[in-house]
Amino acid sequence: MIAAIAFYVFAAILLVSAGMVVSARNPVHSVLFLILAFFNAAALFLMAGAEFLAMILVIVYVGAVAVLFLFVVMMLDINFAELRSRFQQFLPIGLAVGVVLLLELCLVLGGWSLAPNSAAMRTLPIAPDVQNTAQLGRVMYTDYILLFQAAGLVLLVAMIGAIVLTLRENRGASRRQSVARQVARNPGNTLEMVDVAIGAGVTMADIRRPLPEATALEHAGHGHDSHDDDHGHGHGGEH
Amino acid sequence: MALLDRTARSLLMSELLSGMALTMKYAFKRKVTINYPYEKGPISPRFKGEHALRRYPNGEERCIACKLCEAVCPAQAITIEAEPRDDGSRRTTRYDIDMTKCIYCGLCEEACPVDAIVEGPNFEFATETREELFYDKAKLLANGDRWEPELAKRLELDAPYR
Amino acid sequence: MDAFLNTSFGITILTFIEALAIIVPVLILMAYVTYAERKVLAAMQLRKGPNIVGPFGLFQPFADAIKMMFKETVVPSGANKVLFFLGPMLTFGLAVLAWAVIPVNDGWAIAKINVGVLYLFAISSLGVYGVIIAGWASNSKYAFLGALRSAAQMVSYEVSMGFVMVTVLLCVGSLNLNDVVLAQQHIWFCIPLFPMFVIFFISTLAETNRSPFDLPEGESEIVAGFFVEYSAMAFALFFLGEYTNMILMSAMTSILFLGGWLAPFGIEPFTWIPGPIWLILKIVLVLFFFLWTRATFPRYRYDQLMRLGWKVFLPLSLLWLVLTAGALMLFGWLPHAV
Repeated sequence: MIAAIAFYVFAAILLVSAGMVVSARNPVHSVLFLILAFFNAAALFLMAGAEFLAMILVIVYVGAVAVLFLFVVMMLDINFAELRSRFQQFLPIGLAVGVVLLLELCLVLGGWSLAPNSAAMRTLPIAPDVQNTAQLGRVMYTDYILLFQAAGLVLLVAMIGAIVLTLRENRGASRRQSVARQVARNPGNTLEMVDVAIGAGVTMADIRRPLPEATALEHAGHGHDSHDDDHGHGHGGEH
Repeated sequence: MALLDRTARSLLMSELLSGMALTMKYAFKRKVTINYPYEKGPISPRFKGEHALRRYPNGEERCIACKLCEAVCPAQAITIEAEPRDDGSRRTTRYDIDMTKCIYCGLCEEACPVDAIVEGPNFEFATETREELFYDKAKLLANGDRWEPELAKRLELDAPYR
Repeated sequence: MDAFLNTSFGITILTFIEALAIIVPVLILMAYVTYAERKVLAAMQLRKGPNIVGPFGLFQPFADAIKMMFKETVVPSGANKVLFFLGPMLTFGLAVLAWAVIPVNDGWAIAKINVGVLYLFAISSLGVYGVIIAGWASNSKYAFLGALRSAAQMVSYEVSMGFVMVTVLLCVGSLNLNDVVLAQQHIWFCIPLFPMFVIFFISTLAETNRSPFDLPEGESEIVAGFFVEYSAMAFALFFLGEYTNMILMSAMTSILFLGGWLAPFGIEPFTWIPGPIWLILKIVLVLFFFLWTRATFPRYRYDQLMRLGWKVFLPLSLLWLVLTAGALMLFGWLPHAV
């Protein structure tokens, strides 16, 4: 009884928030309603006895994917009025796609409930004393290992793609810091304690580092500079 | 070899642990907090605090209304009006210091030729209304009477350097 | 009495009482963690902390709470009021919600679910939302930037936390927190999995935005980051949420690595002290480490922080995970006959 009420409550909130995702004016509200929809889907999974899936849904979808959605949506400057203005123009195509999807949904649902041996296929051999997680593991890493690894590879390719997209051509031009070298600095190889008598001072030879070697570029520049200096001097001399 | 050394140090968090050992050592040392208001820190004889108008030992007020302090005050906090007193001497009728304008620089004390206006060691004169901080001559003279022994001692200690 | 307890009403009442029995000590502990932070930090900086309000300053948290209650809550103009108040409520609510699965003694958890570890991980993933929503709803650039930085930091360190948790799970064989504690009866996991313990502890520092990873709420850099626009009770909620989260992370560390409610060697003098007291002692120890690191280390720069999460902790935890799995398989120490 309570289970039925809970199911209807969660399902209703899920449908309403899914509707609000597409009709909310503010895109940030859209994403927040999407998060609410994910939560209710997780609750429905929980009620169906798939607690591992419910938790993974929350961790992966709500905790990671929706966070990234939020990042992107918050940093975009979406002009909602302009977006909404094209609604009329694309209505026929949208409607057609919607009808096709609805037909597919009906096909799947019909097949699930009306096919001859659907009842037999719906009840898989589940060992009653093994936990949800262990069962998933047993099936996923033995029968469906190929699909699992393929999914992992697809994710890897996506990651590499993201890195490639943000790679810049001329990598030598930008300066980078070597944090490891910065952190590895210690007084032993940077400081030197010198005992100085009062009033004696420290000679320049003790404290000045060797200058870096002058490059060809610097030499050419130097030549120009000294030329200008002479000019200035010349003027000064006249006065 | 240096790379191995650096890697080992960072993996074993050597400098992190030595830092934490130092903080732990400090946690057991004697604390330097003083228990104000029951204990107070030391104050130099040159400390510039609440103002006071001093008197001569025979009770005569020192201030002769020369208005040098009013002229030198950078914040224009001092207001003076002067009139001859009944016995003909030159004295002030009004000597106000606006303690909310005063910047406690001590120039008035330096300017005064007779050591009349001085800055005392008191810094605990907070009030609950602004009006109480507009000191008049009566308040300043009263301050002077209250703090005289200490003011005299401070002047005596600082005299070699003035 | 037992018959009453079996009815659904009875179960509800019992659950309510159990929840109170866990939440009230947690809230009191949180109030005194704020006091302990000030005292411990003061001690390590050669000063006394609060010592006026009450004996040794023990009533300071109550004085702070009363002060917060009397302040005015300022809502910035143009801020989304619903989201503005949802942010701190989320942060605090989630931190308290996670305590439903923490076992304080054998079988003494409010919700004895089979996926306790995943539930804790989910709660810490959701904690990111409180921060993002608060930063967004403040309608202020500094708050927004602070929130984005904080969210990115939290998400980065969750990854290595996840790998460390998987390493522990390999040694336990179950996601149930009670089983995790019971599997440490012979040896606490902090000894064989010591590098994982260290990585987990540092990741929890980054998760809760504590020093040295507190740049997003950096008091001196971006003016308190994502909660710059919050005052009075809303700020107090954030503050309390952060400390409750700290206690939660300490509890997770204690359960995953320090043996939860188990006494140190399982031998006589130690077992006289009941389990929940041991758990509280371990939580307090881990909290002391939180405070100790705050007193000792300077703040990480943001790029150093991100580099640490992705380029140091992630490879290290992944490496150790594979090593642990290999060792378990090699010596046949896998938990169940798989």
